[in-house]
Amino acid sequence: MKSILSPRVGLFLLAAGLLFYPIVFSGAFYRDIGVAVLLAAIFASAWNIVGGYAGQVSVGHSMFFGLGAYTPLLFYTLWGWSPIAGIPAGILLSIALAVVIGMPTFRLTGHYFSMATIAVAELIRIFAGTWNLVGAAIGLQGPATARGWWDLTFRSELPYYYIFLAVLGILLTITAAMERRRFGFYLRAIKAGERAARSLGVPVRQTKMKALALSAAFTSVAGSLYAIKTGFIDPDSGFGILVSIQMIIVAALGGAGTLFGPLLGALILVPLQTATNTWFGGGGSGLTYILYGGIIVLIARFEPGGLFELWHRVVPERWRRAHAT
Amino acid sequence: MVALQVIVGGLLSGAIYALFSSGLTLIWGMMNFINFAHGEFVMLGMYVALLVVVWLGGGPAVFGIAAALALFALGVGIYLSLIRHVLRGPMLAQILSTFGLALLLRYTAFWIFSANVVSLPQTSLAGTINVGGIFLPLAQLAAGAVALTLTISLHVLLTRTTVGSKLLAVAEDRTAAMLMGIRPDRMQALAWGLSAGAAGIAGALMATAYPWSPSVGETFGLIAFVVVALGGFGSVLGSLYAGLIIGLIQAVSAFWLGAIYKDIVVYGLFVALLWFRPQGLMGKA
Repeated sequence: MKSILSPRVGLFLLAAGLLFYPIVFSGAFYRDIGVAVLLAAIFASAWNIVGGYAGQVSVGHSMFFGLGAYTPLLFYTLWGWSPIAGIPAGILLSIALAVVIGMPTFRLTGHYFSMATIAVAELIRIFAGTWNLVGAAIGLQGPATARGWWDLTFRSELPYYYIFLAVLGILLTITAAMERRRFGFYLRAIKAGERAARSLGVPVRQTKMKALALSAAFTSVAGSLYAIKTGFIDPDSGFGILVSIQMIIVAALGGAGTLFGPLLGALILVPLQTATNTWFGGGGSGLTYILYGGIIVLIARFEPGGLFELWHRVVPERWRRAHAT
Repeated sequence: MVALQVIVGGLLSGAIYALFSSGLTLIWGMMNFINFAHGEFVMLGMYVALLVVVWLGGGPAVFGIAAALALFALGVGIYLSLIRHVLRGPMLAQILSTFGLALLLRYTAFWIFSANVVSLPQTSLAGTINVGGIFLPLAQLAAGAVALTLTISLHVLLTRTTVGSKLLAVAEDRTAAMLMGIRPDRMQALAWGLSAGAAGIAGALMATAYPWSPSVGETFGLIAFVVVALGGFGSVLGSLYAGLIIGLIQAVSAFWLGAIYKDIVVYGLFVALLWFRPQGLMGKA
């Protein structure tokens, strides 16, 4: 019995909804929220590969986001290149940094990795704030007016929306493929118990390393997209701890280690953040982070699996089986 | 002479680093658990000191003890309501719990106290003294001495007393300790109280000598990570030495390279340590 809740139909509805959203809601305000949701979904899905699937909780992913954000604008500032040229450079730098961090910490328990990521991100943030080449504390700016489409500087939100949607589509397709392959099983085995996984012949360090590199590459792309769209980057909006927090909370709320968890988290949190900022005015950002902290603590205490797991527990098994098959 | 002054100043703040870091290392050693909110405990200790001075008055002894007691209570409360439940859960829950707590405490402090830099009103410890040509603020000297004494006391408590033996027994083997008639939950709650209390009193000591704002928690939290990584996870004596070393390195690099670079040097050292000697200077492999 097919019903509206079968996974394939659900996926189709989701894709259709995302495709037509900016056409139905054509106001600049709604399109802006749409772009923000997609960006959050991209960086949270990227974090999810290493933080969710592999269970290696990075609390400093802003370092990859910042590298991806700085390189396109740096190339533009230095040589006037199209920001597109900076995207692959950001990816390469991020993968190199991922190797530098992963090599020593993946020999140790997961806590070391978390501590190393937070310290390295902070180190880079302070460093970027003192380095004149990257604009020090002021940061960098992108092209003010486009010289051509290749500058990716558009008046309208619409092109950004579809570029972001395409990147999210690619990322989720890769993640879905990863889930089904041996690599995905390795990751889940490592998350469930590293020692057991190793004794069964899983190449633990190598697998964690690959997951981190993949995650870093896509986080870097998210950073590039953000910087190109905003046309501006500074140490705090690139490397700041709040950037990392945003990734973690979006992924953990929806469900870390699930394919659509980060997207679900983004669909809930981004509008919520817009709402709190509107309600509380300019001083709202502080309250937003109090709220974030509270949500993270509650997730950790009561529902580490996020909303997806809550759904699976609350909705009775029999009802789901009857409707899903 | 200036160099000597820099060195002594570094060692004095290093003694305070040692005190709050020993709280972090206690939790890590006992429960294999990293508290990302530890720096926030130090920050709260500073504000408790400020509130006590402003509302009740009283000297450093009063607000120091008040900060220790308040944070002890907070530590026990956090253990009982949150940590106890995530301790045997997945790693994600463990890290998220204290990470979220850090956010909650930091931004609540921003909300209540605003982002302004504050400092304690003049206390009885104002003024400087001249020790063989080095001018030292009395407050800094007293704070460093008290921090040093308390860190050593914590080490003695853990290694020479019955309570310490019970704490170590729980750390060694929870089940075996339970069979010996020790209540692990009570001991772990006590450890959280001691850990947060140490951070709280370290914050109060810090407040006597330096101005601060709610964002100091992040800096102190990272410093505590570096100290614990250097001293070896779980060793109070290790974090005593490491705290002094980090304080010294920070002061020296701030003096010769400039104030912005002191954190770069310390975090860089942390990354180098994780790379080359993750078990710390005194830890076993």
